[in-house]
Amino acid sequence: MSKSDDRQAKAARIRHLLETEGDAVEANTAGFNRGRYEAVADLEAYEELKGEARAIKEDAIERLPELLEQVTETVEANGGTVYLAEDAADANRYIREVAAEKEADRVVKSKSMTSEELEVNEALEGDGVDVVETDLGEWVLQVADETPSHIVAPAIHRSRAEIARLFNERFDLEEPLETAEELTMFARERLGEQIRGADVGMTGANFITADSGTIMLVTSEGNARKTAVVPDTHVAVAGVEKVVPSVEDLSPFIELIGRSGTGQDITSYISLLTPPVESPTVDIDEPDVAFADREDDRDFHLVLIDNGRTAMREDDQLRETLYCIRCSACANSCANFQSVGGHAFGGETYSGGIATGWEAGVHGADSVAEFNDLCTGCSRCVNACPVEIDIPWINTVVRDRLNRGGDPGRFEFLYDELVPDEEPSGLDLQKRLFGNYETLAKLGSATAPLSNRVAELGPVRSLLERSVGVDSRRPLPSFERETLREWYDERGPRVAASEADREVVLYPDTYTNYVDVDRGKAAVRVLEALDVRVTIPDVGESGRAPLSQGMIATADEQASEVYAALAEHLDAGRDVVVVEPSDLAMFHREYEKLLPERSFERLRDGSYEILEYVYGCLENGADPTVLHAPEKPIAYHSHCQQRTLGLEAYTTAVLEELGADVFESDVECCGMAGSFGYKQEYYELSMDVGDRLRDQFQSPTAEDRLVLASGTSCEDQLDDLLEREASHPVEAIDPGGGV
Amino acid sequence: MSTESGSLRRRFQDSLADLEVGVSRTEPASFEATLEDVVDDPVVGTPLPFDGVSLPAWVDEEPSPRTLEAATTGVTAASFGIADYGSVVLPSTEDGAEQVSLFPDLHVAVLREADLVPDMPTAIDCLGPTLRDGESAILATGPSATADMGSLVKGAHGPKDVHVVLLEEGTDE
Repeated sequence: MSKSDDRQAKAARIRHLLETEGDAVEANTAGFNRGRYEAVADLEAYEELKGEARAIKEDAIERLPELLEQVTETVEANGGTVYLAEDAADANRYIREVAAEKEADRVVKSKSMTSEELEVNEALEGDGVDVVETDLGEWVLQVADETPSHIVAPAIHRSRAEIARLFNERFDLEEPLETAEELTMFARERLGEQIRGADVGMTGANFITADSGTIMLVTSEGNARKTAVVPDTHVAVAGVEKVVPSVEDLSPFIELIGRSGTGQDITSYISLLTPPVESPTVDIDEPDVAFADREDDRDFHLVLIDNGRTAMREDDQLRETLYCIRCSACANSCANFQSVGGHAFGGETYSGGIATGWEAGVHGADSVAEFNDLCTGCSRCVNACPVEIDIPWINTVVRDRLNRGGDPGRFEFLYDELVPDEEPSGLDLQKRLFGNYETLAKLGSATAPLSNRVAELGPVRSLLERSVGVDSRRPLPSFERETLREWYDERGPRVAASEADREVVLYPDTYTNYVDVDRGKAAVRVLEALDVRVTIPDVGESGRAPLSQGMIATADEQASEVYAALAEHLDAGRDVVVVEPSDLAMFHREYEKLLPERSFERLRDGSYEILEYVYGCLENGADPTVLHAPEKPIAYHSHCQQRTLGLEAYTTAVLEELGADVFESDVECCGMAGSFGYKQEYYELSMDVGDRLRDQFQSPTAEDRLVLASGTSCEDQLDDLLEREASHPVEAIDPGGGV
Repeated sequence: MSTESGSLRRRFQDSLADLEVGVSRTEPASFEATLEDVVDDPVVGTPLPFDGVSLPAWVDEEPSPRTLEAATTGVTAASFGIADYGSVVLPSTEDGAEQVSLFPDLHVAVLREADLVPDMPTAIDCLGPTLRDGESAILATGPSATADMGSLVKGAHGPKDVHVVLLEEGTDE
């Protein structure tokens, strides 16, 4: 199949999911996400707890071999058995042996993603064992023969009405089921019977403590409690990364996991079982023997799964994945996930942002290739992750690795001539096009307006779509003949060095320099009105564009060049001011991975978002009346990466200080996310994500407001979504213009 | 009663109110009457480890699978309560406290006020030695619940309702 066919097939799959599962997934994940914001806001020591949780996992993974030895000794001293399984097949073989030894007819299970990773149900069923999922969501999937769409709430893609229809079709019912209450009570009754006569109970484990051999299970239904104590045999399956040193280490995780995931302060049950447990079994063959009179001989098997985890631990880039506590925050806070769920944004087993790490480590590249591009690097999951995993970075690294395994294509020759990247031949052309956006912008600007007219020609758009998958429904950015730097060189500074309160370097990001030159001019005028002397040096792209395509070597090279070009200015005490938040986010986040620590810190500490800088000037006594006061009430959409850096509040504060009434969107991302929304396979998803923003800005509260957005792609997306034009906030306060 | 423990109790009660979990405070002498008000027959239970307080004769203290299945209410002791969360810590015991607290529609947890702790770290610190001793416990917060069928329903596999009976200070173990 050609790349173009691949893209169309992918677009069709996404379209199908948007139509069939999108609404239910959106309602549920957005609900969890709202719940998370509320729940963590009430938690006083939230940031400290995250730091603690992170430190515990770092230490545990560092000491993993030792902890595995310790937990084995502890569990065995308690009377249980530990089996360290090399891979899924090894684990399944062991579990089948346990079932065979028990002559088990039925195994009841509580929800466990690790058991999904093993596909242990299929393995047991092959031996004729009846396997019953007792978590209500998992049971729905078992009845429907589907896979989880979410790692915590596996059936969120199905609405109540669909579940009712499914049950009414599959079961011989006297009265059709309708309400959630009726469905739940039916399932409770039916699954209760299955648990009652079960021979083996299988659970996962959220955590295992090496000092006591306790497994911690986080649940709300109570099925895990029943699964673990009703039958006399308990098998717990868990990845080796679940082991923590001691009971006391559990506390921060208990406080974080429910809040981060589904937005609950705590789930109904935190089971802390130290098996074999003292609780008696519930034996239906001896219904009249009092529990207190029983002498049960319980059997406990802890099956610890490696399945790629040792290799992940040794991989500097994937190791962080092992800190994951599978709370689902990265799925719920992800704009793309909110639209399509885990059936698109997931691999063989895991879904959501961190799934890239898990799938790469556990199942390998093929499983990741399919969905890795759905991470746009918006970074909204970064602050949501309770163990502070840099999930976008893991996605970027894996993307880079996938790029390096690609095949050379037919348009390759054209690119090798044109683009200066550091990437291997064979890199997907679409990625290479967007990754080299600066080169394209230079060329487009030099040949504007002809380049713009040519680009919009029907045959050109259709070639662009066929060859590199630039969706023809998406308007292309229009390049300016005169760049911001050319304009400024011609014009010169208007604040004399001797009169300047401060000196700044205005970073000419690609978009501001070649495309939206007006916002750059506005930034210059605003800064000068505040008695700031501006310099716009010749400095290239930050590396954001290549990085977003997984072209790390190119981004790394560009980061070094940018730093080299700015270092002297930093040394001279000039502040670096950035208009485009995605470039500022490079300086503040990703450069940590690309530059020496001291260089990273120097640039990070010396660089500011433009409205943040204006805010600082006003706080330091600058006169706000020199700025343009926006006449209209404002609808403001901050930028995803700007929000992750916690910088959106400055824009709102400045606008409000100038007397504007500001309504702010609260969607996680506009959906455009740089190049994502231009790609043929993702255009519809991008628009679906954008719909949430459109709904907010078309609401009666916001429909007549002036639309402002800090990010380039957000502006483009808003232009496409709304009938109003969007501008950058700095244009709204520009004393030489104003919008 | 010290001010500190009084405010702990109020925090605990506030948390229970947020969870829509009922709470009754009683002196040991009035325990039976208090319990009678909150249970629905038939009632099973496991013996309470508190001095001066025991389950009334109308509670089946030696349940079997058959009486457990038939019971509407299960009464068990909680080892402590966590004020910040409204959680009760339920020890797993050889006489089946785990089942009694789980199977019937209503779980009544009996807790001494003196066993209230402020927060999660304190609760887990208390549990450390117990778990290292091979014991098990459940941190139970409100009733069993699920949202898997399209909206929140109480009573998925476990109790639909939880009630806490608080034994006033002065009750000894």
